[in-house]
Amino acid sequence: MSETPLALNDITRRFANTVALDSVSLAIHKGKITALLGENGAGKTTLMRIAFGMLQPDSGSISVDDRTVRFTSPADAIAAGIGMVHQQFSLIPAMTVAENVALTGRGQYSLVATKQRLSEIAGKTGLRLNPDAYVAELGSADRQKLEILRTLAHRARVLILDEPTAVLTARDTVELFAQLKSFAHEGGAVVLITHKLADAIEHADEVTVLRRGRSVLTAPMGTVDEPMLIEAMLGAAPPRPTLTAASNDLSRVVASLDHANISLEVRSGEIVGVAALDNAATPILRMLSRRRKVSGSAAMLPAKVGFVPENRRDEALIEDFNLTENVALAGAGSRSGTIDWTGVNDQAEEIISRYHVVASGPSASPASLSGGNQQRFVLGRELIDDPDLIVLENPTQGLDVNAEAFVHSQLRQARDRGAGVIFYSSDLDELIAVSDRVIVVTADGVQSVIPDKNEIGQALLGTRDS
Amino acid sequence: MTAELVLVADALVRATPLIIAGLAVAWAFRGGVFNIGAEGQLLVGAVAATAVTLLAGNSLGRLTLIPALAAGIIAGAAWAWIAAELKRRFHVLEIISTIMLNFIAIHLVSFLVRGPLQEPTHIYPQTLTFTSSARLPVIIPGTRLHLGFALAIVIAVASSWIFRKTALGFRIRATGASPEAAHTAGLINVERTSMFVFLASGALAGLAGAIEVNGVTFALYENLSPGYGYTAIAVALIAGLNPVGVVFSGIFFGALETGAAALQREFAIPSSLASVVEAALIIAAITVAAIRGRHTLVQSARR
Repeated sequence: MSETPLALNDITRRFANTVALDSVSLAIHKGKITALLGENGAGKTTLMRIAFGMLQPDSGSISVDDRTVRFTSPADAIAAGIGMVHQQFSLIPAMTVAENVALTGRGQYSLVATKQRLSEIAGKTGLRLNPDAYVAELGSADRQKLEILRTLAHRARVLILDEPTAVLTARDTVELFAQLKSFAHEGGAVVLITHKLADAIEHADEVTVLRRGRSVLTAPMGTVDEPMLIEAMLGAAPPRPTLTAASNDLSRVVASLDHANISLEVRSGEIVGVAALDNAATPILRMLSRRRKVSGSAAMLPAKVGFVPENRRDEALIEDFNLTENVALAGAGSRSGTIDWTGVNDQAEEIISRYHVVASGPSASPASLSGGNQQRFVLGRELIDDPDLIVLENPTQGLDVNAEAFVHSQLRQARDRGAGVIFYSSDLDELIAVSDRVIVVTADGVQSVIPDKNEIGQALLGTRDS
Repeated sequence: MTAELVLVADALVRATPLIIAGLAVAWAFRGGVFNIGAEGQLLVGAVAATAVTLLAGNSLGRLTLIPALAAGIIAGAAWAWIAAELKRRFHVLEIISTIMLNFIAIHLVSFLVRGPLQEPTHIYPQTLTFTSSARLPVIIPGTRLHLGFALAIVIAVASSWIFRKTALGFRIRATGASPEAAHTAGLINVERTSMFVFLASGALAGLAGAIEVNGVTFALYENLSPGYGYTAIAVALIAGLNPVGVVFSGIFFGALETGAAALQREFAIPSSLASVVEAALIIAAITVAAIRGRHTLVQSARR
């Protein structure tokens, strides 16, 4: 049997207008635990879904034991000895452990054979569950154990775990890794999808880091340290010219927020970059943009706020509406009487020409636009009436270089005319390049950080991330 | 007066509750509210209009119609409000609650026509017949076509205008098309818009019931509605939820149902054939909607 039970070679995968994976390669070695690290949206789960046959790559190949294979469905992957435990469990609570194991098998159901197989696995890896217990009675650690047992019962040699420790207590985590190690020791291979650095550093033998769909680091775990991984995950900043000191003078405060342990201000003429993990900044950004009620706290917010949500397809645009109607959408909540459609149509045309949106016209559907043009349109809609505050969530995610540069130039223009701009980005490079100052939002609150990748990375991932 | 004109008028009379209840469904579906309860709302509208009409007796003359129709509107809205509030507070699916409220309304009518509202002799399970002053005026003399039909057309045109031209209509459409985007990009109060749509839909269905008792049956009795509220769903879907289209699909269904009765009388063709045609149309309409839906699903899967 080969030393490489699973390898992914030059995998590229697009979703409509965004590149989720850009020729990523990953080799899984027998007897090893491989950590697949990366921020949310880096492409970890997409890559593993391809490895498990749930998605097809646009280009690139998969090989099992050095032979090229094609997985058209998870059934093919399972037959090739690959098992995957998803973040959401797929168990039937009203059935017993043994029945759930047998459920995904083939052929005749034999309780005796299933139990025998389970005790066999328990002997090898220490994964032990009462086969007659009902899943409804199991805690989440045991449910995860069952998910793993089930893949092993189908003779998986490669076990892919998507954020397995998310639902576990510290003690269960230790137990899980002990079992994974003995599985690897028995000749299996484990892929650990995680964004928890500590788990990876402590337990993995090899590491691959994905950032924005690209593989940026692959190494044995012994040869890398925490700062290197942080840098790889969040982006290494190349040397940049010192920032144009924007406006540290007495510019006016356009928005302020005091909520729980959070206190922050945005001034006119500045771009504030927000660094955060796992959407930790979402509540703040939503409150600043008046999209969420500010409960029991003091806030000073301008009347006009432009807002660009991260999920523009679902939150910024209505695809059943044409572009003109999508322009009317902004501010629809406070409008009354009739709508001057001629005027809105003119405004849509102005947005299309002023923000260089490539569209057939105001009556085009937003679905017919590329991701970059959708974002130009949304940005234009939010900027065209010169709001005092502009709030953006990951405004360049999934955009090509040109569209990204356009977004950045628009943010600078808005700042230069005196607006306050605050934006969240999962890419530290971008934060450092565009922001006048950077704040880090964690569960502990808001802290100001000098725009330096190590400082930000430490504040984000350092001791706080367990 | 030609017999043909009488037949056409009969079809339009039959179409009237279908159009108004169809508009009720169109309003709801446009706003993302799956109100399957037009039948129940229509019945309580009929009950309220009947109660007010009987209570007023001869005291108000022609003016009786105004409080009677208003009572129908309020009762229908109130019936829909129950489902709306259950959804708002406890996230009860309106598809379930509105259907259940239909059954309650059906049995409420049965109870009332055998109890508090039964005619004084207590022989027939129905109310007293309305006096002529409490009946909707006939708009084509010699036929049964009453003012309610004209009202239905007016409401359809007004609905169309509201959806196309007003900020309110736009908010309803946006909420129906994407509550997330309506909230995030439009700062629309989605909860309030949904509540409004519920009430507007119920009000229209209630009005349909009031118009039916004050325009056609002149009394409340069981089986007053041969499933108008359910057929209304098909009427609205076949019209693509377009209010003006609802007028045409409503007339089509009205003609189908009255025509079937005539076919049975004249040629002994079973009138149930009309139900078969109706059901086939509903299946076709739902299939078309599903294909469209799958189309968008495929699109979103590609993304």
